Amino acid sequence: MYEKDGEKYFVVDSHSHFWDASKENWVEGKEQFAKGWIDCFYGYHQLGPPETHWDWEHYLKVSPEDFERDMFVEGHVDYAIFQSTYLKEWYKDGFNTVDQNGALLEKWGDRLIVNGRFDPRDGDAGLKQLEADVAKYKHKGVKLYTAEWNGDSRGYKLTDPEAYRFLQAAQDLGIKNVHVHKGPTIWPLDKDAFDVADVDHAATDFQGLNFIVEHVGLPRIEDFCFMAVQEPNVYAGLSVVVGGLMHARPKFFAKVMGELLFWVGEDKMLFGGDYNIWVPKWQVEGLVDWQMPDDDQFADYPRLTTASKKKILGLNAAKLYDIPVPAELQLPTTAGDAEAPGEDLVEDRAGAQA
Amino acid sequence: MTDLPAEVWRALGTVLDPELDEPITDLEFVESCTVSPSGDVSVGLRLPTFFCAPNFSFLMVADAYDAVSAVPGVTHAAVTLADHAHADEINGGVAAHSGFVGSFEGEASAELDELRHTFLSKAALAGQDRLARPFVDEGMGPDELAGLTLSEVPDSMELRRLRDRRAAIGLPYGDEAPLLIHGDGSRVTAAQVPLHLRRARLQRVGIETNGEYCKSLLKVRYPERSGSAARA
Repeated sequence: MYEKDGEKYFVVDSHSHFWDASKENWVEGKEQFAKGWIDCFYGYHQLGPPETHWDWEHYLKVSPEDFERDMFVEGHVDYAIFQSTYLKEWYKDGFNTVDQNGALLEKWGDRLIVNGRFDPRDGDAGLKQLEADVAKYKHKGVKLYTAEWNGDSRGYKLTDPEAYRFLQAAQDLGIKNVHVHKGPTIWPLDKDAFDVADVDHAATDFQGLNFIVEHVGLPRIEDFCFMAVQEPNVYAGLSVVVGGLMHARPKFFAKVMGELLFWVGEDKMLFGGDYNIWVPKWQVEGLVDWQMPDDDQFADYPRLTTASKKKILGLNAAKLYDIPVPAELQLPTTAGDAEAPGEDLVEDRAGAQA
Repeated sequence: MTDLPAEVWRALGTVLDPELDEPITDLEFVESCTVSPSGDVSVGLRLPTFFCAPNFSFLMVADAYDAVSAVPGVTHAAVTLADHAHADEINGGVAAHSGFVGSFEGEASAELDELRHTFLSKAALAGQDRLARPFVDEGMGPDELAGLTLSEVPDSMELRRLRDRRAAIGLPYGDEAPLLIHGDGSRVTAAQVPLHLRRARLQRVGIETNGEYCKSLLKVRYPERSGSAARA
């Protein structure tokens, strides 16, 4: 919980990690990819305020004590949702597996939600594993990394028949939330891998699932917004948006927030701090202090009120994940409801401007 | 006597990052460029991350090679990408003229024309926001905006850019062409203007934000070399 100027904010960090990128975990012969991956993250890390920068060695792997301090003691986070990222092609024990995350559950089980994962290319064995994971961890969500390498494959699409099998199984097993990473790469190499069209189809066909597009499809935010505006069960995951832009590029942060508020709406936006790319403290405090700039070029963007900040920082995610929120911190949100944010927009009936 | 290094640099300035719609020279992606007296050119490129999408990376290396090779006086050109997950495939493929499919045997099934087309369309939409915005700010309403033709837009770099992008993908770009058009080239009606402008602005924000990310990451990755002139 974060308190500022007499207002109390219930904070759910809907996108966090606890990774092991230590050199001991690099797959022999694939060191350049393992190093390239974490170096890429470290580049993003340095887009945060200088006083929050860590040295590279510390960045490779943090301890459970670091995690507790950064998230719960200093970071204002009430609940954190862990996303798993395997990348076993490059990291021997995986980059950030369900089991690694699960170990933290023993200590902070009342404040952590561990999301599972699946990879449709794993076939029947993968389905069995998903069932076992759900039985063990009671997953309410999964993180899908569609660009992940697997053998000769450099990624997959949610619309692949195999992916539909897994989505159906996930829905049947009681999973509600599917976080989809729309980030770099790669296969088929000639296609635009940031394309969010596959989420569009899957969201239409699986009405029982919520699809949270992490990083809002950056760098294809326009495709994401055009899609999300029509799909009631598609959400904007603000991971990387806050961490990567709020400090480094404040003007563009304002524009992106303005567009998201207009197209997607404050009830469909979820804060994600991306630990341990960045720590949540400066992101939570910065977002609470943040206001749309008073400049003409931002004049027709919706404003962010205290209520909208409360929803984005925690209440929307709490609703999707059935997280109990103390009565005095609650506000109504339409997150989880079956209504599209701006169906009228695509019908050309609204959107007045100028 | 032509200034060959200057000509080569100008040629590199015509090469765009297809995603960001900006020249690779402005983006500081050209790390080195040396021109020998006999016309032997060697260009080194660098990108913001190790995992920048290989398809766009390939296009930039291949386009740079084509642009430099076409400069009169250039006898031999070599363009290489450094510090990238797919540097070997890309550099080898471009040098051997084997195209994208040949460079990534078994992993790519089509050349990148369609991808290029997609991003030129995006750039052409974003350009409508850049050019229409001043009229909107002056209070022009939907009826007039819908009727605006390119001949009524003051000449600028931005206008020439928009015409180029449209010409490249077969959209109307002459003086009589409307400023506001849909992706299929048809005129935007007055009733559609407000939403169309919203979409154009969102498109512009998307491209420009992406560019800001890339610039920030490049600066973090190459702090000691950032801002330094790569021209030999």
